[in-house]
Amino acid sequence: MARELLFVQAINEALHVAMASDPDVVVLGEDVAGGGGRSDQGIEEAWGGVMGATKGLYSAFGAERVRDTPISEMGFLGAAVGAALTGLRPVVEIMFIDFLGVAFDPLLNQAAKLRYMFGGRARVPLTVRTVTGAGLRAAAQHSQSLYGMTAAIPGLKTVCPSNPADAKGLLLAAIRDDDPVVFCEPKSILFSKGEVPEGDFTVPLGKAALARAGSDVTLVGVGRTVHVALEAAQALAAEGTSAEVVDLRSLSPLDGDAVLASLARTGRIVVIDEAPPRCGIAADVAALCADRGFDLLDAPVRRVTAPHAPVPFSPALEDLYVPTVARVLAAVREMG
Amino acid sequence: MELTRERLLDAYRRMRRIRAFEEKLAELVTAGRLAGFLHLYAGEEAVAVGVAAHLGDRDHFASTHRGHGHCIAKGVEVRGMMAELFGRSTGTCKGKGGSMHIADLSKGMLGANGIVGAGIPLAVGAALTAKVKRTGGVSVAFFGDGASNQGQFHEGLNLAAVWKLPALFVVENNGYGEATPTEFVTPVRDIAARAGSYGIPGVIADGMDFFDVFEKAGEAIARARAGDGPTLLECKTYRYFGHYVGDNLAYRSKEEAERWRQQRDALEGFERRTAGEGWLESGALRAVDAEVASEIEDAVRFAEASPFPEPAALLQDVYVSYEET
Ligand SMILES: Cc1ncc(C[n+]2csc(CCOP(=O)(O)OP(=O)(O)O)c2C)c(N)n1
Ligand SMILES: [Mg+2]
Repeated sequence: MARELLFVQAINEALHVAMASDPDVVVLGEDVAGGGGRSDQGIEEAWGGVMGATKGLYSAFGAERVRDTPISEMGFLGAAVGAALTGLRPVVEIMFIDFLGVAFDPLLNQAAKLRYMFGGRARVPLTVRTVTGAGLRAAAQHSQSLYGMTAAIPGLKTVCPSNPADAKGLLLAAIRDDDPVVFCEPKSILFSKGEVPEGDFTVPLGKAALARAGSDVTLVGVGRTVHVALEAAQALAAEGTSAEVVDLRSLSPLDGDAVLASLARTGRIVVIDEAPPRCGIAADVAALCADRGFDLLDAPVRRVTAPHAPVPFSPALEDLYVPTVARVLAAVREMG
Repeated sequence: MELTRERLLDAYRRMRRIRAFEEKLAELVTAGRLAGFLHLYAGEEAVAVGVAAHLGDRDHFASTHRGHGHCIAKGVEVRGMMAELFGRSTGTCKGKGGSMHIADLSKGMLGANGIVGAGIPLAVGAALTAKVKRTGGVSVAFFGDGASNQGQFHEGLNLAAVWKLPALFVVENNGYGEATPTEFVTPVRDIAARAGSYGIPGVIADGMDFFDVFEKAGEAIARARAGDGPTLLECKTYRYFGHYVGDNLAYRSKEEAERWRQQRDALEGFERRTAGEGWLESGALRAVDAEVASEIEDAVRFAEASPFPEPAALLQDVYVSYEET
């Protein structure tokens, strides 16, 4: 049975299911218990994560498995890699993906490479949950969409769901996967609702979803930009243009077949991404189309992305920074 | 440094300005007039001001996400700060930084910072500049108890200590990092004890008492200026508001907060002491209160009347120079 949940509640549910079904799953991060367990002050549960994604885990699974960490990302992410290597299945919360800046080595040089360097005789079943994206007036150090950076690192997987059902299913799949997975939660849609299946269910890593079928143009989105694409598709339908929307969901592995199958149906493609344009997911998908889909293209690939700039604070500028429906429509119209 | 009447009044003015600024922000956010993530400094005024009272424009501050107090203490104009918070082009950073990035290099303010611990090595770098260029300046990093668990804290202190830099590390121990009590994540009760690992003095001050901070910061700054290297100064303090405006405060009791406000308030303590010693009469302080209140109102009017940045600003100042064809 499905019922409506917020994106963040779907994540919370996945964490409960994962912890209940596997005693090796541990949750580490800043404020994940959120100062819970202060019986002296009559406080058992406090925050449960800054976004509330880990609410109730501390009460349900205890202090041994749900750990408030110091503000020491390098230390606890590194420790999680070591724990993953030796038998635990850690889920680490890096509060905002921007904070990977102070914790990159464990991900870049350890988690991503140990299995390969050890000749395949190691596994790092680690999940790094982290919040991404702009739109909340959080300025340049709390608004980045750095999933392109992690997707570019061989040895890491990276996913970014666009709706609560996928959030739950992909998170469970990520936790149970034996490779390190970076799990991105776009902050602008964390509190949006959608139907979510009950109980234990997974969405496979590496598979895109067809969010809307169409025949004239393919709009590719990731996370929040799937919603931009869907809105644009609706507007285009009113003009008599039938747009198909592909939700990448997984950035590494990338479901190139799904993108190309859609391109084969439409002949035109626009990739929409919240990240800046250089060396990112939109560039990657464009390269895929040029490499393997050249004969399918009736028009050049178009990208609608953030500019090559940090995220500005001023609401007036941030609204210009993020990809909008209007910019997608303009890109489609320009394709003729 | 001697605390003359002018200096005392100036210190009080800065503390009051911080308090009034922060209380105004809480009001504006609650009323929906202001957006963004705001971490208020109210309660901790004596720390920033007690340190700043020794310093001038050649000296540097590096700050944190809870940076408004450090900015005001260092002399950054409240009009520009308020306009920055409103995202206007007249803001200290032309509206592009917001609360967590207010900076004013002309005042020696190296910026609030969105990354916990990141200001520490920046201050170390400013101290290196001061030493290499013999400016006579001292560089101060402010940071929280939580930040003292970051690698940047340990690496920064080590570096400053081996290089004997003119730096002061001020840890504002307010008992919490977000919702997490300090003792859950920090095994030493006094963060000042960590100075021992770097062979530098670790000193504890009452962060609610301007005079105690002033005295201890003064000794540390004199040491730094004399070429004797850095000090770690721990100020025990408390933040009155939540971690950010909108925090539900589920992790701490109302009584705890009330106790600090009623028994330890920095502004009230300052007034008791200065009146008791016969240094300042209450009329002078009330006059400052009134001036500050109208200053803050003026800043809000200025901010709200200011224009938003032009769209072109989006792509300006990413680099000093950059050409791509
Ligand atoms: C590297 C990094 N990790 C986490 C955060 C999120 N965060 C912002 S403030 C804060 C708590 C900081 O606590 P403390 O250093 O004690 O300063 P306080 O807020 O108490 O003044 C946290 C965890 C961040 N901004 N940067
Ligand atoms: Mg603190």
